[in-house]
Amino acid sequence: MDGAHDLGGMDNFGDIEQEVNEPVFHAPWERSVLTHMLALLGAGHFNVDEWRRTIEQIPPVEYLASSYYENWLTSLIAVLEEKGLVTRAELLAGKSLDPAGTWLPALEKGKARYITSNPISTLRECNSAPRYKVGDDVVAKVMYPAHHTRLPRYVRGRRGKVEKNNGAFLLPDRNAHGASATPEFNYSVRFSARELWGEDAPAKDSLFIDLYESYLEEG
Amino acid sequence: MSRHNHGAPLSDLQLRVKALEAILLEKALVDEEALDALTDHYENKVGPHIGAELVARAWTDPQFKRDLLEDASSTVAALGYAGLEGTHIEVKENTEDAHNVVVCTLCSCYPWSILGLPPTWYKSAPYRSRVVKDPRGVLEELGLHLGEQTEVRVWDSNADLRYLVLPRRPEGTDGLSREELAELVTRDAMIGTAAVAPPAKGQ
Repeated sequence: MDGAHDLGGMDNFGDIEQEVNEPVFHAPWERSVLTHMLALLGAGHFNVDEWRRTIEQIPPVEYLASSYYENWLTSLIAVLEEKGLVTRAELLAGKSLDPAGTWLPALEKGKARYITSNPISTLRECNSAPRYKVGDDVVAKVMYPAHHTRLPRYVRGRRGKVEKNNGAFLLPDRNAHGASATPEFNYSVRFSARELWGEDAPAKDSLFIDLYESYLEEG
Repeated sequence: MSRHNHGAPLSDLQLRVKALEAILLEKALVDEEALDALTDHYENKVGPHIGAELVARAWTDPQFKRDLLEDASSTVAALGYAGLEGTHIEVKENTEDAHNVVVCTLCSCYPWSILGLPPTWYKSAPYRSRVVKDPRGVLEELGLHLGEQTEVRVWDSNADLRYLVLPRRPEGTDGLSREELAELVTRDAMIGTAAVAPPAKGQ
């Protein structure tokens, strides 16, 4: 999905403004959005790829003009509506219109403590052998999928080298759309700065990015 | 941005959040004690102090440093620091020859379990758009000058791995304890947008 979220390489967003002694949250509502999102994610109502997909579906103008947690709120409402957990009518009414409905049980305190301090992963066993090995030349595919993907525009069509096999994880492109997600190998791929940004880029510099097997072709 | 302000009218945004909170609680989709536990974890428990502890230990314990660079995930998990957005971790060492810097261009991926939640600038469009294309310019703007002889490595944490930079130990810190070293290590040094400054004179 080629939305405004895919920011790598764009110009004119202005200075990077670092706040001294920045608080974890700037307002109670931000904290509320984060904790509710994590509680619902942890209860299993949606997965992190579906969550990222609903953020990416925010119209570009709105995405760029909104604060980080404003986009989280928009995404949270969207994914909850999509899952049938909350309706537009309820949000307008400010109360549940279906209090007797049955849902997955809420994330409990013990489980909340567990997920924040224990390994949580989509790493899976993969039956097939990895297609690439360390040192292989690869090219990131040129593709413009309508679905969620973790292949940003700025590496598409560029030639790099496999630096490491990171293991097989559930493919976000499928996991984000409720499709039965299959594990797929993910590789750390190194691109030279010149390959990505042209001959004016410093010769020594490089960029590393973690790409799934189906994002790559032999280079 | 609005602060908690007793007596002031609520904004549309606050009203939307209040409505959502009420609906989710009424449907028992959330548990208030779990929400409080999550708040406590991210406001009080995790933060850059954990990463700083790892860095100071790596500076003073060669075996720990090897473990961290070879298999940070297991090393961090053994210390009880694995968790959401911090299960598969890679640590990248800054040296005289190479400088590492971390970004997530697509969203805001960051090693929560060892650095806490990311600062706003890390999640912002100016940083995400520019650091991949002009890392030296961005670092210069943030006060870190790198010479031409230093190789810059940018890590775009777009998938399942989260990255921590192991900064260089500053000069003049030979006599310091691990705790004193940890106090010098900043969040930005572990993102790779700053160097660790030597202790101020007189300390």
